[in-house]
Amino acid sequence: MSVFVHKHSRVIIQGLTGQHATFHAEEAMANGTTIVGGVTPGKGGMSHLGLPVFDTVCQAVEETGADVSGIFVPPPFAADAIMEALEAGIGVIVVIADGIPVQDMVRVKRYAADRDAVIIGPNTPGIITPDACKVGIMPSHIYTPGRIGVVSRSGTLNYEAVQQMTALGMGQSTSVGIGGDPVNGTDFVTVLRAFEEDPETDAVIMIGEIGGPQEVDAARWARENMSKPVVGFVAGVSAPPGRRMGHAGAIIAGQADTANAKMDLMEELGVHVVRNPALIGETAHRVFS
Amino acid sequence: MNIHEYQTKELLKGYGIPVPSGRVAHNVDNAATVAEEIGGERWVVKAQIHAGGRGKGGGVKIAESIDEVKHYTNQMIGSHLVTPQTGAAGRLVQRVLIEQGCDIQQEYYLALVIDRATQRITVIASASGGMNIEEVAQSDPERVVREVVDPAIGLMDFQCRKIAAKIGLRGKQIGEAARMMRALYRCFRDQDALLAEINPLALVNGGTLMALDAKMSFDGNALYRLPQITELRDFDEEDPKEVEATGHGLNYIALDGDVGCIVNGAGLAMATMDAISFHGGKPANFLDVGGGASPEKVGNAFRIVLQDANVKIILVNIFAGINRCDWIAEGLVQAMREQRIDVPIVVRLAGTNVGKGAAILAASGFAFIMADDLDDAATRVMATLQEQSS
Repeated sequence: MSVFVHKHSRVIIQGLTGQHATFHAEEAMANGTTIVGGVTPGKGGMSHLGLPVFDTVCQAVEETGADVSGIFVPPPFAADAIMEALEAGIGVIVVIADGIPVQDMVRVKRYAADRDAVIIGPNTPGIITPDACKVGIMPSHIYTPGRIGVVSRSGTLNYEAVQQMTALGMGQSTSVGIGGDPVNGTDFVTVLRAFEEDPETDAVIMIGEIGGPQEVDAARWARENMSKPVVGFVAGVSAPPGRRMGHAGAIIAGQADTANAKMDLMEELGVHVVRNPALIGETAHRVFS
Repeated sequence: MNIHEYQTKELLKGYGIPVPSGRVAHNVDNAATVAEEIGGERWVVKAQIHAGGRGKGGGVKIAESIDEVKHYTNQMIGSHLVTPQTGAAGRLVQRVLIEQGCDIQQEYYLALVIDRATQRITVIASASGGMNIEEVAQSDPERVVREVVDPAIGLMDFQCRKIAAKIGLRGKQIGEAARMMRALYRCFRDQDALLAEINPLALVNGGTLMALDAKMSFDGNALYRLPQITELRDFDEEDPKEVEATGHGLNYIALDGDVGCIVNGAGLAMATMDAISFHGGKPANFLDVGGGASPEKVGNAFRIVLQDANVKIILVNIFAGINRCDWIAEGLVQAMREQRIDVPIVVRLAGTNVGKGAAILAASGFAFIMADDLDDAATRVMATLQEQSS
């Protein structure tokens, strides 16, 4: 099974003809992903990487039956591209673009509220179900099929954890990067719920960062709703304090907004917290076996 | 991106929010002229720096005469103002805001922020204005009113009236406050703000509401569509190394340790700092070279990290996804050739083209200390530092 993307997913790439999109679409196809087309406004009718290019997402969906989209368009155009994918009925939208204005994402989330779709990102390396489907920019070769779900805010820290797992013989069911932006499509809870319901996932590694209540909310949700064990880490223990936004940031954040405070709370809520990022794999190995 | 108080007030005034009459001054004579022009018998002299807590540091003074305006301006301009948010070195004051003084009856707090929990713009207000609003929020949370804005509808009048009534405003002040809140919301939305804070929002001169202090911060990712805000950027308020780094597409934050860090990705950069701290070391900086780092970018990263005289060792930790280890390695070798680098360098490479990268470093003839993984890298950094000091 896996979560959100699997070997039957039919993927289109919005912005396919761009340089990064081209590189990563080729890499994904070489690693088993079914990409069925691309969308670049004004280039409809062209063929790129042997794939049909369409002017609009609607046309692409009608012609190819796509149900997943990877968004590689530049940040100023990304909000519009996400809404276009939502309107066309795409079920899983992966937003690679990094640098989308926060208020654009606030509007996107409002638009998505009454539509049944999962938005992953923005500012994410993407999502990968090893050897079945990759929508993103991560190096496929570090991932191996397995039974552990990985969810993280950071991209490179996701790679770090995965490599530590692989070195100890643990593979991944699906690895999801939810992205590092303050307003993002999918939060930790949504991904944990999907992993809990997935019969091919036995345990979860959750990697967070300073800022925001998401990790603690997820730990609280897990305590009430999850039967599978969760190993957690929060980056930023050594990050400088005081880079905050006026008083309102502190009011919103409350007291639990340092990495250590978050990890303490997560531990109280039953997450197996690892304090040294170099030992994520080792801790997971010990807890899960 | 932050702007000065006087700039924020100009902006808010343009949206119809009442602010005290006043103007910015760059020297003593200038300050006296401004004070005479705005008139009255009492003025407020306010140091303009991008940091809060100015009152506590002596950066806000009441002047009862033009001579006092001159005196305080003279004291502030050219001095380094230390506040709880500036650090011990303080911040150089280059200009002051001269404003008409007013009689304050009551101080409120009003802010708009993008709340990570609701993922929406949220209004925060309180009858307890003034300096210690965070403490009120902790000790007395029901004294802080919140109202979430539906982005498809915008901030409605009824929501504003509700907030106004809850913080204890009465009569015509409710309508006045509602107009101000809606104006603040329009400004927040139009200008892609991340924070807009009026503290205090004061009831002055027998019953009108006025923004006595205001702070706004804007979304760096939206500057491409904010020409008016972009012009207000004051590079003097930013760390020159950080400004240079931004110019090279690097994300750099100076810290006070001795282990220089060059990493790709913000999360891994933080985790690398955490791993160093976990082994008892102190990172000298946060530096994210980002995706698609060219050899030139790596060279610039070295230059910026080495501007910090405290750096005794550098840890390069690259996990290449969109990056390529061979390019990073070329940049490393190039930096060694072109720059006088006399600190040891620990390198950990992983991901895309890692074999090619390691081969380039091995063939270079430079004595890089190679590490297998993150834990090994942090261990080697600490061992090398210890050897140096013994």
